[in-house]
Amino acid sequence: MSAAHAFLQRLGERVDDEPTWVAARRQAGAERFEALGFPTKRDEAWKYTDVRRIAEGEFTLADDAELDEARFAALDMPLDAHRLVFVDGVFSAALSDLTELPEGVSIEPLTTAMRTNHEAIGGAIGRLAGVDFSPFTALNVALSEEGAVVRIGQGVVVDKPIYVVFASRANESARMSHPRVLVMAGARSQSTVVEHYAGEAGAANFTNVVSEVMLERGAIVDHYKLQEASTEDLHVASIHVEQSRDSRFTSFNLNLGGALVRTDLVTDLNAQGAETNYNGLFFVQGRQHVDNHTLVRHNAPNTFSDENYKGILNDRARGVFNGKVVVKRDSQQIEANQNNANLLLSDRAEIDTKPELEIYADDVKCSHGATTGQLDEEAVFALRTRGIDEQMARGLLTLAFAGEVMDRVRLPVIAERVERAVAGKLPERFNLADLVEVSDALEEA
Amino acid sequence: MLEVKDLHVTVEGSEILKGLNLTVNPGEVHALMGPNGAGKSTLSAVVAGKDGYEVTSGEVLFEGKNLLEMEIEERALAGILLGFQYPVEIPGVKNIYLLKAALNAQRVARGEEEIPAPEFMKLVREQLSFMKMDGSFLQRAVNEGFSGGEKKRNEILQMLVLQPKLAMLDEIDSGLDIDAMKVVAEGVNSLRSADRAILMVTHYQRLLEHIVPDHVHVLVDGRIVKSGDKDLANELEARGYEWVLEESAA
Ligand SMILES: Nc1ncnc2c1ncn2[C@@H]1O[C@H](COP(=O)(O)OP(=O)(O)OP(=O)(O)O)[C@@H](O)[C@H]1O
Ligand SMILES: [Mg+2]
Repeated sequence: MSAAHAFLQRLGERVDDEPTWVAARRQAGAERFEALGFPTKRDEAWKYTDVRRIAEGEFTLADDAELDEARFAALDMPLDAHRLVFVDGVFSAALSDLTELPEGVSIEPLTTAMRTNHEAIGGAIGRLAGVDFSPFTALNVALSEEGAVVRIGQGVVVDKPIYVVFASRANESARMSHPRVLVMAGARSQSTVVEHYAGEAGAANFTNVVSEVMLERGAIVDHYKLQEASTEDLHVASIHVEQSRDSRFTSFNLNLGGALVRTDLVTDLNAQGAETNYNGLFFVQGRQHVDNHTLVRHNAPNTFSDENYKGILNDRARGVFNGKVVVKRDSQQIEANQNNANLLLSDRAEIDTKPELEIYADDVKCSHGATTGQLDEEAVFALRTRGIDEQMARGLLTLAFAGEVMDRVRLPVIAERVERAVAGKLPERFNLADLVEVSDALEEA
Repeated sequence: MLEVKDLHVTVEGSEILKGLNLTVNPGEVHALMGPNGAGKSTLSAVVAGKDGYEVTSGEVLFEGKNLLEMEIEERALAGILLGFQYPVEIPGVKNIYLLKAALNAQRVARGEEEIPAPEFMKLVREQLSFMKMDGSFLQRAVNEGFSGGEKKRNEILQMLVLQPKLAMLDEIDSGLDIDAMKVVAEGVNSLRSADRAILMVTHYQRLLEHIVPDHVHVLVDGRIVKSGDKDLANELEARGYEWVLEESAA
């Protein structure tokens, strides 16, 4: 029995009373996945990322979302937000907080949305990421059950971030989940959506998520993906964005956790004035492996993209960055910038980076670059001569490297969390909040 | 305070310091002069604990303790501050962060509380205006894009905030305009006290008119070949190093 087939067996265990069209879609996903099988290193897009740990794993689908308040509190971020919580892929009404939704905003678990509004939702889901994008999206279509559906009406400025927590429990046996996220941002709406993958220590589950974000004319969406699962978790994500005229999408792909993480981020800039910004930061240590594949398709003239990915790798961690920009024929007056910089904190850490440009127009402004280096030892020395201990000096410099990306993060709770993780020891000895206060006092003075 | 005894130092296989002796007592200001490549910056580097300098024999004591066995940051916490000949740019680390981290490291090492933000700001502001530096320098990354003279002022600012027992200033006067020289000299002079000491490396008499040294030494080819008072600096200015070399060879 193939590994793919073994995964699909879980299908029979679950699905019963679904509408036929949903079942048919599931079936199509299953067939596609079985035909493709798990990717191997022979597939160009998976050259550096070995998914055998997923293929050979034994995962079951969770039946409950039990997680007591204390365990949840350890994973949750103190964000003032509209909260939607999934535990090993299962919706938890108890932990979610969807009271006080502003008018024109709907935030629901996928099952509810499908029941109450299946035409609108069913048609949109899978439009950007169907069965063909990758074996994992096909697998997701076959096995997906739950997810988050966010709809924002025309002109609505959402008052608080929309915070979707995917909690991964330390279970007796490994679980898998195949969530969907669908964000439909109406014309001229403004919103911030946070996908937070958080895990308990020792959790060794497999998450295979597919997100689709659709921006109508003039919509503004800030999208955060913060990945903080345990260093045994397996995580594959694919995020697909479609942008209409004058819309602006900003992605923050912040990766701290996970044993094996693969994220695909794809944006189609379909009309004039659309702008996408990709900010990425991954910090990996031990034997973590993180692979980011990004793609921007400039399908219309006068579209803009700006990408800045930073990788910090310690110990024997491994990173992959593959960033591709495609400018379609006759898409003139394009501006596309792409940059990937990596910092190796250990001799045994490794990064494979590949920026790619495919341009089929002549009036374009494109730049790309990739650099990999180490901490500046002269700077470490200079800081130490001022009495700052070595660990803190390295922490400060590492934070400085991440700074360019972190300075753009607009949610302080997230910025601080990431900074703490990146700088290691820094917070105890070096109160960041205190310094921010000092900085602010200066700005005002 | 600082005792350097028969110090021999090798850099990448070649001997640079060849039996250097120097004693600096509390309250004193010393000037170290000598031709290019004599080993002046090498001495500071060894005192600071920089990698790549092999001490083959001799010792360096600070307040009676073996400095060469101390970590770089321990030396700083013990009260030594080095003003670099070529201050390093540290992109992304704000000046204010560096100052606060450094000051707090000292306080923690002395068993004191970390400095409260308002008190810290007051202190830094005072020193900043003393150095005639603009407030915006605090928000900028350490030395990044600073002019040569601004970098030197920034070294002195750090010194004033950290109040070291021993300041070793390597060519703190190079790249300074006439007014900046006065400001820097005032900064250094303000540190002078009975329990502190200053060791300045310089090529020019002009700095020594502003910061009058108690002792002047001439370092040639890895050794101090002549010591004297401030008049020695005047003589060097007038006559160059040739005569010292001849005298020491004789
Ligand atoms: N890392 C190094 N590798 C090789 N040689 C070195 C190194 N560092 C110093 N030296 C050599 O050691 C000698 C002493 O250098 P040092 O910088 O101490 O001189 P200095 O007296 O400070 O000179 P200056 O007045 O020009 O600043 C020089 O010949 C220099 O080339
Ligand atoms: Mg020198």
